[in-house]
Order: sequence, then structure tokens, then C-alpha cells
Amino acid sequence: MAYNWNWEVFLQPSATGSGTYFDWMVYGFKTTIGLSLTAWLIALLLGALVGVLRTVPNKLLSGIAAAYVEVFRNIPLLVQLFLWYFVLPELLPTELGNAFKQSNPFVQQFLSSMLCLGLFTSARVAEQVRSGIESLPRGQKNAGLAIGFTLPQTYRYVLLPMAFRLVVPPLTSEFLNIFKNSAVCSTIGLLELAAQGRQLVDYTAQPYESFIAVTLAYVVINVTVMVLMRRVEARVRVPGFIGGK
Amino acid sequence: MISINNVNKHYGAFQVLTDCTTHVNKGEVVVVCGPSGSGKSTLIKCVNGLEPFQSGGITVNGVAVGDPKTNLSKLRSHVGMVFQNFELFPHMSIAKNLSIAQTKVLGRDLAEAEVKGLQLLDRVGLKAHAHKFPGQLSGGQQQRVAIARALAMDPICMLFDEPTSALDPEMINEVLDVMTELAQEGMTMMCVTHEMGFAKRVAHRVVFMDHGRIVEDDSKEAFFDSPRSERAHQFLAKILQH
Amino acid sequence: MYEFDWSSIPGALPFLAKGMLVSLEIMVAAVVIGIVWGTLLAMMRLSSIKPLSWFAAGYVNTFRAIPLVMVLLWFFLIVPHLLEQLLGVPRGTDMRLGSAIAGFALFEAAYYSEIIRAGIQSVSKGQMAAASALGMNYWQSMRLVVLPQAFRNMVPLLLTQGIILFQDTSLVYVSALADFFGTASKVGDRDGRLVEMLLFAGAVYFVLCFSASQLVRFYQKRLKTA
Repeated sequence: MAYNWNWEVFLQPSATGSGTYFDWMVYGFKTTIGLSLTAWLIALLLGALVGVLRTVPNKLLSGIAAAYVEVFRNIPLLVQLFLWYFVLPELLPTELGNAFKQSNPFVQQFLSSMLCLGLFTSARVAEQVRSGIESLPRGQKNAGLAIGFTLPQTYRYVLLPMAFRLVVPPLTSEFLNIFKNSAVCSTIGLLELAAQGRQLVDYTAQPYESFIAVTLAYVVINVTVMVLMRRVEARVRVPGFIGGK
Repeated sequence: MISINNVNKHYGAFQVLTDCTTHVNKGEVVVVCGPSGSGKSTLIKCVNGLEPFQSGGITVNGVAVGDPKTNLSKLRSHVGMVFQNFELFPHMSIAKNLSIAQTKVLGRDLAEAEVKGLQLLDRVGLKAHAHKFPGQLSGGQQQRVAIARALAMDPICMLFDEPTSALDPEMINEVLDVMTELAQEGMTMMCVTHEMGFAKRVAHRVVFMDHGRIVEDDSKEAFFDSPRSERAHQFLAKILQH
Repeated sequence: MYEFDWSSIPGALPFLAKGMLVSLEIMVAAVVIGIVWGTLLAMMRLSSIKPLSWFAAGYVNTFRAIPLVMVLLWFFLIVPHLLEQLLGVPRGTDMRLGSAIAGFALFEAAYYSEIIRAGIQSVSKGQMAAASALGMNYWQSMRLVVLPQAFRNMVPLLLTQGIILFQDTSLVYVSALADFFGTASKVGDRDGRLVEMLLFAGAVYFVLCFSASQLVRFYQKRLKTA
């Protein structure tokens, strides 16, 4: 096979003149991490809220929450991203839309990606939170109420602390997914890892090295997150409690 | 203290409770028994509003449970309840289980609540376990903690919903002993249970339910010596055989 | 305020339908290959032959660590290159559809294998023992006793994964294939009505996936009561 492996390509100055190709990778890596973490924050907060609403004894609220989940689950991520990036600015009030379109392209891409990933993932988090709450014995809610807690207090002190512990393992896989899904954002021009990988293929003559490096970077993220979440799991473990049914 | 008048409850077309009427006076111990599916657990859950009912009325200490204006949380905070499956909060230590509602519902300060919790834990013989978690205790121990948790709220009466039916036989007595002691101290108690020995020793009155109706409501002597209904006869015959 | 103009959609329907066929083609091929390969991977993973089990674990964990977009880019940019050099496939052959399907199938097999592994493990060990006691060998026990029960339990999950896969087919956008979404965005760009076209595409995906997931739910309920 007539391919010249050359791992030193990453040390060469980049085509744009500033820094090396390795710096491109680092830039993409940072963008992927920053995007995923901010989106994860949105997903956790919104997901917890929507997941709780799905279980409350109020038809209207639980119905709204169910509709929210269905919408974000049944439209492909890529389509949602295009809706956030290309469609939403057009539908905003003219001034706001123009302000968005005139802002720094990176800001536009990052904001759209963050909201898109955050809301997309929040629907999945909501489902996990709901099933966590529903998997608790029914008597727990009664016990909380019987002791004099109001419904919000019962959620806060009894149901949610336990549900969140049960939900840590499935949330880990959602957390991993958000990093992987962030690669979709390369399609709107956001220069995260996958996009940098494509650029490297275009600018260097070393497609294999470029893709291997980017792929490994994703594997590293994946392993790191898994190790971190194992720690979280161990920390929140309830003594004497055997998970699941 | 507890007054239940003509209570009816149904899920859709299925009638769970039909015209239930009974009373528990202050200091009285009333045992509610009956075959499974007779509605006794549902009835006791109506008393503190955990189950809604469609018609009739229940008052506890003069407060109407079914009234939408009633502050149910406040009412429940001084009606103790003990569940079949203990329902301790698994993510909290025993000490925390005993103090959480005292601080968050009654507004007691933490130190006071912890002292009170420990006293009650001592009373049910489990002081040494305060730092453990519910999953590390046996069923009988968990149920004793659950009783202590309810007592920590200084309840005016106690509801027991089959407190021993999820327990292994050798653990039943340790729970019944605590309940007997409570009764002897004059606590007002409504107990759904199959433990007829406990009823004979401790109860003042026995309420017998079948198919969502209160079939008998009598002094324990009258109930055990000469039950009036055929169904109560059969029930007693089956249960006392062992 | 934005003024909608939906008039370009009726004319675009034939193109969109063609795109939808491409999407469905990719999905069906990937589901079929993914399930077959996924089943083999699951059996390897549970096998007592260590190298097989290691291989399957490595395969599944690697694919599950990488974004689908990256896998598709590999198959779009790198693999054709490799094939040209290794097998002497003539330069410039259009392998986009084939390589997209291959990428999807290999990727999804990792996910299917995890579902199938859980399904096999959900069948009680006693069943395997009972089959062996009747004199069946490993393959017979698997094929006649364990797998049929496992698949019955897994059908809802496999179908749900199929819906996810259908949504994921939109990602062939990165390899410039004219699937349903690629076509919609191309036509929208051409007519200057990207907003309407994207909204329309989103609505179509929603209706299809929502209906399919309701059907799965219905089926699941029937399975439970049966």
C-alpha cells in the first residue's frame, strides 16, 4: 500500500498560518467540550423539570410535558439543528432576528447548537427522570404525604433524591450521547472536533492520521466521562439499598 | 376523634367502599379486619386523605378531610401513619428519617428534632442503629423505626395499615409489642390487621369489612364470642384455625 | 415578520418522495444487516471462548464511543479511498450509497448487539439447561429455545431502535447523499424557501416517527396482556 504515514503532520504550521495542525485539534476539542457541557446543563435542568411534570397529578401539566417529550424525540437531531439555526432567526421578531444574524458567526453557531442539543437531550433526560420516579414504590409518595409534607415537599425530600440516584446510570449514557451528538453540529459550520477532522483531511495530505486522531479524541472523552460517572455513582450509592426491582 | 359517615368511593364503575360509617373515640383502639380486597386499606387511607372519596364525610378531631379548603398536609402532620411496606426513606439515615419531617413540616430546629428522634428510637429499642440506613435493617426493625417516625410528630392518633403483613413471622411480635405498649398508654389507634391475637388483647372494638361494606362494628367481646354475620363467622373460622 | 410561502412544496414532492425512498432503503438495509451482525456479536460476547468475547466487547465499545457522524465520515472520505487502493476499485466509482449503508449497519450492529445480549440474558438459565437435557447441542438450544424467547421480549426495543435509526439516516447529509432530508434542504436552497422546506421536513419526520412509536407502544401493551 503506497501510503506515507506521517504523524508529524500535527506539528507542522497550519495552512492558515497561525499555530500548528495540533492546535486545530485542540481548538475543536475545546469547542466540543464547551458545547457539550453547556448543553448538558440545559438538558439536566429542563429534563428534570419536564420529567417531574410528567408525573404530577394534573392532566394539563403532564400533558404539556408529554407533548414536549414527543416533539423533541420524534424529529431527527439534524433537522432540529437546522430549524434552530436557519429557521428560528427568520421567525423571530425582525429586530431580534437581525441582531442574531449580524452577530459573530461562531456565536450564532454555538448558540443554536447549544440550545438544540440541550433541548433534544432534555426530552431524553425527562423520560429517564419520569421512569425513575415511577419505579419508586407507590407507598413512598403516600409516606411523604402522610407525614405532613406537601406535594412539592414530598417530591423534594422523598421522591427526587431517590429517583436521581436510580437515574444516574441511564443519565450517564445520555451524558455520553451529548458528546457524540455534538458532532452533528459540524454540519452548520461549527468548528468542533469532527469539523476540524474534515478540515485536516482537506488541508493535509494525511487523511488517516487526521481521522484516527479525531476518533481517538472521542474515545478519550468517552472513557473519561465513564470513569467520572462511576465515581458519581459510587458517591450517591445508598447503603443497603439494592437497585432496581 | 375519627368519625366516618356514609363514605362511598368508586373507581369508575367499580365500587370500593359502600356507605361506610364508624367512629374511633379518643383513647380507643379499633381493629379493622376482613378478607383481602374488602376495602379496609382503602378506608384507612381515606382517613388522612391519601385516597379521595366521592360522597359522605370523614372528620378527624373536628376537621373535615374531604373539604377542599382543609389543609391536608397540616392535618396529616398530626395523624401518624404506619404502612405495610414500612416506607422509610431509603436514601436517609435512620436519624434523618426521624428528624426530616419534624424540621421541614413542624419547623422544629434540628437539634431538638434529633434529640426527640433518638428518644423515640430508644423507646423502640433501636438507638444503636441511628446512623444506619433503612436497607441495613431487618423488616421488623424498619417497621419499629417507622412507628417511631410517626410518633416523633406528636400525633393525636395513629393509623396502622397492615403493619405486620410484610414481615417474616419471627419479626411480627417485636412490632406488635410496640403497638401494644402504645395502646396501653392511651394512644387513639385505628389498625388494619389480621393479627387477631393482638385484637383480642388490645382492641376495644373490631370493625369487620367485606366487599367494601362495614359488616360488623362491635366491642371485641361481642365480635369474637358471637359474630352476627355468616361472613364474619367464616372469616374467623379460617383465621383462627392456625 | 416572516411571510410564509408554501407554494414550492407541491412541485417538490416527487423529488422528496425519491429522497424518502433512499432514506428507507438505507434504514431497511441497516436494520437487517445490523440485527444479523448484532446477534452474532451478542453471541460472541456471551461466548465462553475468550478471544471471541474480547473481540465483540472491543467492537461494541469502540463503536459506542464514536459519534455516528464520524463513522459516516470515515465511510464517506476514507473507506472508498482504501478500497481503491486495496481492491483496485476504479477511481471515482460512486460508492456513497453502499458505503453509507455499510457505515450505518456496522454502527447500529453495536447498539443492536447490546439489546440482543440483554434479551438473551433475560431468558432464564434453566431454559438452556432444559434444552441441553433434551439432548440439543449449543446451536440447537440457541436457535430453537433461547433466541425465539429472547426476540419476543426484545421486539419493542428493536423497533424503537429502528425508529432511532430512521431518524439517524438524515445524517447521510454529511456524505452529500440525496436522502429525504438532503433533498428537502437542497430544494429549499434552490427555491429560496429553506424555512418552509425545513419546517415541512420536520413535520414529515414527526408524523412518521410519532405514529411508528405509538404503534410500538400499542404492540407492547398487547404483548404484556397476551
